[in-house]
Amino acid sequence: MSDVAYDRVKLARDNKRPTGLDYIKNIFKGFMEFHGDRRFADDPAIVGGIAKLDEYPVTVIAIEKGSTTKERNYRNFGAPQPEGYRKALRLMKQAEKFGRPIICFVDTSGACCGIGAEERGQGQAIAENLMEMSTLCVPVISILIGEGGSGGALALAVADRVWMLQNAVYSVISPEGCASILWKDSSKAETAAESLKLTAEDAKSLEVIERILSEKDIGTKEFYDRIRVLLIEELKELVKDVDLTQNRYDRFRKIGVNAIIKE
Amino acid sequence: MAWINFLKPKNKLEEGGRTSAPVQRDALEPEKNCPNCRKDIPLSRLWASDLVCPCGYHFRMKARQRINIITDKGSFRELFSGIKADNPLDFPGYKDKVETVRVASNEEEAVVCGTAMIGKQKCCLFVMESYFMMGSMGSAVGEKITRLFEYALQHRLPVVGFTVSGGARMQEGLLSLMQMAKTTAAVKCHSDAGLLYIAVLTDPTTGGVTASFAMAADIILAEPGATVGFAGARVIEQTTKKALPEGFQKSEFVLEHGFIDSIVLRSNQKKYLTELLKMHNGRAVI
Repeated sequence: MSDVAYDRVKLARDNKRPTGLDYIKNIFKGFMEFHGDRRFADDPAIVGGIAKLDEYPVTVIAIEKGSTTKERNYRNFGAPQPEGYRKALRLMKQAEKFGRPIICFVDTSGACCGIGAEERGQGQAIAENLMEMSTLCVPVISILIGEGGSGGALALAVADRVWMLQNAVYSVISPEGCASILWKDSSKAETAAESLKLTAEDAKSLEVIERILSEKDIGTKEFYDRIRVLLIEELKELVKDVDLTQNRYDRFRKIGVNAIIKE
Repeated sequence: MAWINFLKPKNKLEEGGRTSAPVQRDALEPEKNCPNCRKDIPLSRLWASDLVCPCGYHFRMKARQRINIITDKGSFRELFSGIKADNPLDFPGYKDKVETVRVASNEEEAVVCGTAMIGKQKCCLFVMESYFMMGSMGSAVGEKITRLFEYALQHRLPVVGFTVSGGARMQEGLLSLMQMAKTTAAVKCHSDAGLLYIAVLTDPTTGGVTASFAMAADIILAEPGATVGFAGARVIEQTTKKALPEGFQKSEFVLEHGFIDSIVLRSNQKKYLTELLKMHNGRAVI
């Protein structure tokens, strides 16, 4: 049993999986990329802009890992700098201003871990996204397409609906990190992966996500068409919701309430 | 930038630190070694100075001790004390770990919440407990912090919070991660109602707590020499294989980079907080 969860981790990290830009190009039409956080820099690990979902204008934001070695280096392997999160927030605020729904594709082992990232406030950047996303008055749907690594993933996933690909994982810490901290032995990553409950099925049963997306024919037209149809259906419901921000608050408010002892 | 710079008060409000008297030595008295000046300091001397070494080093402090030195005598009323961790994921060893820590720390969870008076100003207060699994945030900590901000919103009170945390509690997996979103959303509602939240970052404030409610305050203060950051310094060193700059992730470094408002000596925190609470009491009428 203990190898099942870790197999999912390996699948989620597989270089051959479609990356954020593949989803943008195949689900939407006329994507126009916008760059920069207007503070310091443009972070290639996060791609964002506007596009059409059928005929509806939407804001799309994706963490991009890159699909070739050269591109993976350029994209910092999908580990965003604070500027990436600030660019994402800027585009979300722009979407709110113009009444566009927001769709995020999440795929990161975690926010960039480095000296510069700390100097420029990685923690503050993530905190600000969590805070501001909680009250955006346009619908937000986040889809975890590969790795959902901790705060760096959550910073694009404070959404009305959170979906996961069948073989995506979502976790508070990498199984290797967990094993090395708890048992001083990173080779126990398989046990950690099992214990952390990080698969899509686990996330669904913990009520952290709403939907698991099948990976049948992943990367084909049928696969992307299926996701497009689901997105349109869901957005048609969400735009009618007059208590959108209250419902988003309640969505996160209830998580963990059954996981505690109340005396 | 040597982090020892914190000894120099930066403005009038930050002054008032105790002057350092020569350390009296008594062969029989228990001592504690200061990691900054390397001297052995008698415990009684440290207790008398709220665990601040004559050299200025701020030792870690238990949550209840902090409540005693910050709040007006007898004013603290604890809230939500019955909320504590379960083992929602059946994580191996978690239940035993929590039981052991409960006995050792004499606390039920990694945060103490309540209402209090600080310099006759009423507020909601949370103080995290480093002696409880290094102040890690699981579902119980997230619930208590969230309830405190909801309580403060309902009663239109400011919130003062002392953070200390290694981050999210990994034994509760995704449920811990979600507490970051949950607590921060509660802070946002409190903030949108025009209410004040002051965070005081103490050693260490890292990971998922830095990346959520710690950095979401209107005014962010820190203790001298406190580690404040997102990723752990050791992890960064291993990942980047670069030498870390001097004083990396110390509160003085974080101040220099523009992410906190001020560094306040422990001996002056009550006065400083009182002044801030007074300044925000009521609307400006000019």
